[in-house]
Amino acid sequence: MERIPVLRMGPLLLITIQVDMHDKLALQLQDDVTEKISEWGSTGVLIDISSLEIVDSFIGRMLANIAAMSRVLGAETVVVGMQPAVAITLVELGMSLPGVRTALSVEAGMELLYGAITDGTENERSEA
Amino acid sequence: MNDLAEIISQNEDRLRSEWIRTMSTAVQRTDLISKAEIDEQCSSILQAVVEGVRTSGAQNLNGAGWNSARDLLSSISASRARQGFSPSDVATFVLSFKQPLFALVREKLAKSTDALFETIWSATQLLDSLALITTDTFIATREELIHRQQQELLELSTPVVKLWEGILALPIIGTLDSARTQVVMESLLQAVVASNSRYAIIDITGVPTVDTLVAQHLLKTITAAKLMGAECIISGVRPQIAQTIVHLGINLEDVITKAKLSDAFALALQRSGRTVVRSSNGPANPMSGLFTKREE
Repeated sequence: MERIPVLRMGPLLLITIQVDMHDKLALQLQDDVTEKISEWGSTGVLIDISSLEIVDSFIGRMLANIAAMSRVLGAETVVVGMQPAVAITLVELGMSLPGVRTALSVEAGMELLYGAITDGTENERSEA
Repeated sequence: MNDLAEIISQNEDRLRSEWIRTMSTAVQRTDLISKAEIDEQCSSILQAVVEGVRTSGAQNLNGAGWNSARDLLSSISASRARQGFSPSDVATFVLSFKQPLFALVREKLAKSTDALFETIWSATQLLDSLALITTDTFIATREELIHRQQQELLELSTPVVKLWEGILALPIIGTLDSARTQVVMESLLQAVVASNSRYAIIDITGVPTVDTLVAQHLLKTITAAKLMGAECIISGVRPQIAQTIVHLGINLEDVITKAKLSDAFALALQRSGRTVVRSSNGPANPMSGLFTKREE
């Protein structure tokens, strides 16, 4: 079955969505992310959606859900590389994804996550 | 019915010269078009009309026989619309043919009242429809012109400028309606992606009024930019507009707003870790070292 890979990068999880999202795939991803966070004790999740060109309200809510679930598990989520058309669609659908951090590129997202992780927890990073 | 065609074709020269004479008394736009040109247009239309009446009759202007007359009138009308004639000028061009034609018909068919009346009636119908064709084309040409200008205005009015590495500015001039917001939003978001800019300043100094709709459009743009990872700052809020926003109860709490573009720019520089310092060289070279990246 088709599956979106969840990669481990130190304390972070890296997810790159390269295929068209359908509902089943989104639910599977939700399962995988929560499982991996608790398994590896990740403190940050980076979701790259720069290849995602079509989005609907379900996918939008799924992104918000992943962010909320990760926060419950103690990890920050950053969504990076959203295309203009996708952003406009989400706004028109009335979804502003509150609580989801965003960044322009993977690089900027990484910076943001490291900044969030190391805030007051400098030791944790040196261990990793 | 072919009486009409006969009468016109037999007296073409006389009709043309009288037509031009009637026209020149009714419409005096010799500044826009030359006499030779009018002459040529008149004779080609006369020929086309004769052909049309002969093959398809005077009643059915949609017939194949009228194709050349219709095309000719359309092209003349379109070119006159561009030259700056008024719609009545263009319609009079055709309608002024009535007088010479009726005079001629009356002369030829003076013996039979019935035939005279019938021919005049069909001639009236014919000329009226022809005049309508010119008016339709005239309006269509004008509308096309207006549409093109609207399009150009839309493109002109949404420039996205780069102020600094990672800082964009979008000065909005004119009222924001839904169609413009769409263009503004798209061009801003495209520019954000293309230049990888973290900060975007939306300057509304040129927006005459801000109502709830405009505010909603602005908020949409800001939310979309935020989803992509860029931060928006609104600048150029005039005192009047600040008052209106508060009176209308528009919630701009989550948006950073500044009175001047320079304030917004300073904030964006500060947030991206840059600071503005005065050069120690003094006024000798005022541009050198204006901005330096803060060492951390």
